[in-house]
Amino acid sequence: MKPLTWREIPLGGYVLEPRNSRNNLTGTWRTERPVIDQDACIRCRICWMYCPEPAILELSKPYVTKTGRKYDVTYEIDYDHCKGCGICAHECPVKAIKMVPEVG
Amino acid sequence: MKAELKVRDEVVRERIGLTSNYAVAYAVKDVDVDVVAAYPITPQTTIIEKIAEFVANGELDAEFIPVESEHSALSAMVGASAAGARVFTATSSQGLELMHEILHITSGLRLPVVMATPGRALSAPISIHGDYQDIMNARDTGWIIIIASTAQEVYDSIIMAYRIAEDSRVLLPVMVAYDGFLMSHTMEPVELYHEELVRRFTPRNRSRPRLDPRNPITMGVIASPDWYYEIKYQVINAIKESKSVIKEIQGEFNKAFGTDYDVVEQYRVDDADYILITYGGASTGNAKEAVDEARRNGIRAGVLRIRVLKPFPTEEVVKAIKDAKAVAVIDRALSPGSTFEGPVFNEVVAAMYSQGVSVPVVSVVHGISQRTIFIEDLYELIRELVEFKNTGYFPRRTMFMGLRA
Repeated sequence: MKPLTWREIPLGGYVLEPRNSRNNLTGTWRTERPVIDQDACIRCRICWMYCPEPAILELSKPYVTKTGRKYDVTYEIDYDHCKGCGICAHECPVKAIKMVPEVG
Repeated sequence: MKAELKVRDEVVRERIGLTSNYAVAYAVKDVDVDVVAAYPITPQTTIIEKIAEFVANGELDAEFIPVESEHSALSAMVGASAAGARVFTATSSQGLELMHEILHITSGLRLPVVMATPGRALSAPISIHGDYQDIMNARDTGWIIIIASTAQEVYDSIIMAYRIAEDSRVLLPVMVAYDGFLMSHTMEPVELYHEELVRRFTPRNRSRPRLDPRNPITMGVIASPDWYYEIKYQVINAIKESKSVIKEIQGEFNKAFGTDYDVVEQYRVDDADYILITYGGASTGNAKEAVDEARRNGIRAGVLRIRVLKPFPTEEVVKAIKDAKAVAVIDRALSPGSTFEGPVFNEVVAAMYSQGVSVPVVSVVHGISQRTIFIEDLYELIRELVEFKNTGYFPRRTMFMGLRA
């Protein structure tokens, strides 16, 4: 989306409709994005607990790892709201989350 | 003459002696403000004393907020104005400096706050006396600044200020400045207009955005680098465009109340060879006397008074002085460290540059901390301008008149 010009921005930078994070996507702030290695992930839920946004999604999606381990849930990142703080990568006990530079 | 008096009767309810400060208080009462917050500071105190009296007597139905500092006074005005109220505050000197942070916030949030500021010198050393250093320090804050020269003009300007500030095309705070003590505490005859005429002239703008629980909005947001620049540019554009709105409202005011205001005041400028550019009360009155004296001695002199300082009336000033042989800008404020130390001089030179006009202009500083400007000083200045013109030598530095050297 093209950013608004000075003529289009509401007067004085007022926010004319009250909104929450459903509308205001905070993902644009990110400089680094977390990427989960689903095979290394042990489904411990620590990233889900620590995410301040919360941008870790706990999805009931079955997953089978390369070594044959079956899981009922999958953790994914909500990139619309993840601000790239890196807490999940820091807390992950098995280093399954990597922070990679945001490009584009 | 008789017919003229009859016309004035239609708009004038009474003609009484008022100081400029009391003229402000009467204007505030006549436009019917909702909220007033101010902190007393010399020479502004008598404005709010009078307004407090009006509120206490029930003559003005307004909320009077006693605050603990000027910073709080203007902050309270920001809040009340954001909620849609018509607000007023007043200050001077160090008080205006204490407000400085909020001055930017008021213009950035596009709140139509009106403030009266009798100008006063700045510390250190402490001086309670009048000049324009405080006003000039507020010149880059995005406020519209009007400098009045009589108590009548102060009364009229406050009324006009509400129309200008609240106009949907402007929505900027307006400061009405005038001389500390020389005007704020001296009495002049003032014509007060019929209240209903003033109220009809200043209807409230009910369509401006405001804080309303039934239609919630957010004011005072944080802006990241990709938004801030554009929002500040809105202020620059609004104050630039406001000049035509000011002229339009002045025209309406002149028609309604039989006055004669423009963004600049010209006194014998049409055929003048030597022009004094001034602002405020004392220097203008004396300057006119000096010009009359010069004319009696065969020197074609004139006075150009800057009435609206911001937005600076670039075209009007350049048009008035472009055929002059020499011009002097008399500043009652200082800009230490600049090439020339007169702030309005710098504006005038920039105005001429923008129009491709070049007239010899001399920067003069006088009247700092109410150092008396005598008519003879200004007459002598006109004589010096003639001398400069004849010798072809113009001083390339600021002349500090009245300074013991």
